[in-house]
Amino acid sequence: MIEDPIRIGVASGWKTIDAARIDRPLELQADVAIVGSGAGGGVTAEMLSAAGLAVVILEEGPLASSSEFRMREREAYPRLYQDSAARQTRDKAITILQGRAVGGSTTVNWTSSFRTPPRTLDYWSRALGLKTVSSGALDPWFRRMEERLSIAPWPVAPNENNDVLRRGCEKLGIPAAAIARNVKGCWNLGYCGMGCPTNAKQSMLVTTLPAALAKGATLVHRARVISLEARGERIVACEARGIEGNGVGPGPQRVRVSARHFVLAAGGIGTPAILLRSRAPDPHLVLGRRTFLHPTVISGATMPQKVAGYYGAPQSVYSDHFQETALDGPIGFKLEAAPIHPVLAGITLPGFGAPHTDWMKKLDQAQVLIALLRDGFHEGSPGGRVLLRSDATPVLEYPIGDYLWEGMRRAYLAMAEVQLAAGAQVVLPMHESAATTGTWREARAMIEALPLRPLSTRISSAHVMGGCAMGPDPRRAVVDESLRHHQLENVSIHDGSIFPTSLGANPQLSIYGFTARAAARLAAALGKPVPGVTEA
Amino acid sequence: MRASRRRFIQAGAAGIALLATVRWLDAWPAAPAARLKKLDARAVEMLEAVVPVVLAGALPEDAGEKSAAVAQIIEGFDRALSGLDPAIQDEIGQMLGVLVYAPTRITVAGVWSPWKEASAAEIAAFLGDWRGSRYELKRSGYRALTQLIKASWYDNPAAWRILGYPGPPQVVPPGTT
Repeated sequence: MIEDPIRIGVASGWKTIDAARIDRPLELQADVAIVGSGAGGGVTAEMLSAAGLAVVILEEGPLASSSEFRMREREAYPRLYQDSAARQTRDKAITILQGRAVGGSTTVNWTSSFRTPPRTLDYWSRALGLKTVSSGALDPWFRRMEERLSIAPWPVAPNENNDVLRRGCEKLGIPAAAIARNVKGCWNLGYCGMGCPTNAKQSMLVTTLPAALAKGATLVHRARVISLEARGERIVACEARGIEGNGVGPGPQRVRVSARHFVLAAGGIGTPAILLRSRAPDPHLVLGRRTFLHPTVISGATMPQKVAGYYGAPQSVYSDHFQETALDGPIGFKLEAAPIHPVLAGITLPGFGAPHTDWMKKLDQAQVLIALLRDGFHEGSPGGRVLLRSDATPVLEYPIGDYLWEGMRRAYLAMAEVQLAAGAQVVLPMHESAATTGTWREARAMIEALPLRPLSTRISSAHVMGGCAMGPDPRRAVVDESLRHHQLENVSIHDGSIFPTSLGANPQLSIYGFTARAAARLAAALGKPVPGVTEA
Repeated sequence: MRASRRRFIQAGAAGIALLATVRWLDAWPAAPAARLKKLDARAVEMLEAVVPVVLAGALPEDAGEKSAAVAQIIEGFDRALSGLDPAIQDEIGQMLGVLVYAPTRITVAGVWSPWKEASAAEIAAFLGDWRGSRYELKRSGYRALTQLIKASWYDNPAAWRILGYPGPPQVVPPGTT
């Protein structure tokens, strides 16, 4: 039997509270209240607890752990993802995969770990005026988190789904490389997206959060923070509600946490939503704006051989060839593979009836590539905006302009060419008007004629970034480079919403690095430096 | 609700061009059917007709197994729907309202026969029309309807046999528990 470190920890006396099950209002006090337990919240909780600060962590999702991670899509998506893994932009053109669980998206991500690309950091310095984001300044923090989370290039041979990407690139003379993963003793099962059943994935759920809880931190799960309570320029408390059984709406249970400092780490839609609901100062109208997604288009192929893309590390090979381009030119994109499980494949594959079913019946020969578009570096890609609906829930409005459509067409072409070079029998862009084609000549003609428009083109995102940009200038940024709010003196933001553009790489390691540095600075500012941390 | 339904019908009569600016009929039509949280009996009847067309070839061939599969898909559809954002649940509820209300079924979906009597060809024509429609509202309705149906079938081990998916691996070596 695999040990479940969470159940063992809870039995040993960790302070965990299920806010959906309390029968009276809960009042808590802390030095620091952390809203969200994903990449940013987890790192912050561990470091502040190690510094001796009293921490309360509030998490909207449930405390789910390996004993219940059974590799079943119909259990995992409703329980561990925002809106049952069907969160959408306002016009429904883009589906957003975002975690909602203790550990946040790190509980369900595919483990791909990249430092923030140097060209992205350079752009932030050069074009946006950030002063402390050189690779030299950040490398110690990335290294620290790589060691903490066992992040290293994956030494095992890629599964066939990823190897098709490697071989296709090789045939075309395009560089491709191995992806670093945050795993320890990985069984190479392939079900990272449904919660790791063996605790090999070094998510926040099994690393930083247990460390914080062992130091006495309190975790309140199934508690959605509704708003912050201000007194002047300071926040004195945050108000949360327990979540109903099916995880959708807030229930009647009330939780109030008062603290000296508040760290918002609710992610790229959740954090702006809390500040908007709280009517936080936003004198220059930057809050919730410039939200980026790495809009992602998808290409399927049928290989002559068995691929079994449902098994094996989901992402182990990537190519940056198509984003080694000028940032102010046509949009660049990163190529990766995506795991092929029946529900995710079925809802992504266009069409219905026999043509759809014919593809589904070749699931074991299916191969899937994705292209993640690097949004936010060009005036044709201003990003989206988080808005509140009349019921105060957030929705992301993300218009797609010609600049992005052009990139999507090039991405379809690039993916089809790589798949065919690797020996694909047929390729099919995930688009309602696409036809199955078997040669590069046919594929190119078909893709060049595709009508690219919302709700015909399948577009996904697993990376919500921006909306609370960092930067020295309050006219353009919500937080400074220590991630402290420009107007609210005791609020910090530690999640993917701080990035002033997209990253051009899967974001978890960027969030770990930036928030580790900010957490060290915050602990020092609160008079309790993190032991063993010198530079902050 | 009456007012918005009237507006919708006028849009149909005046030409579908107005469709994009008209909201789906609001509100859930009636009480949920037995064992379901959201879908009412008329929505169940519509899905009983549409599911076998969306999943043609992917359902069991045996008639008894097939109708059991369809019933499970409708339960899964209902469960999945109740896990969506409340605002999205409302929109899908409005779409279902359009599909089950005869005047809008005819004008907006182009299905003249009641769902129980509609032929597979008629249903496929409706799905194809919405899939390729110039109106985002119809394309969005097509996507929600077909995705909820597909998602409700493909995690069923009965579907795995048809797809050739072996299912998740055994994590706990047998005999070690």
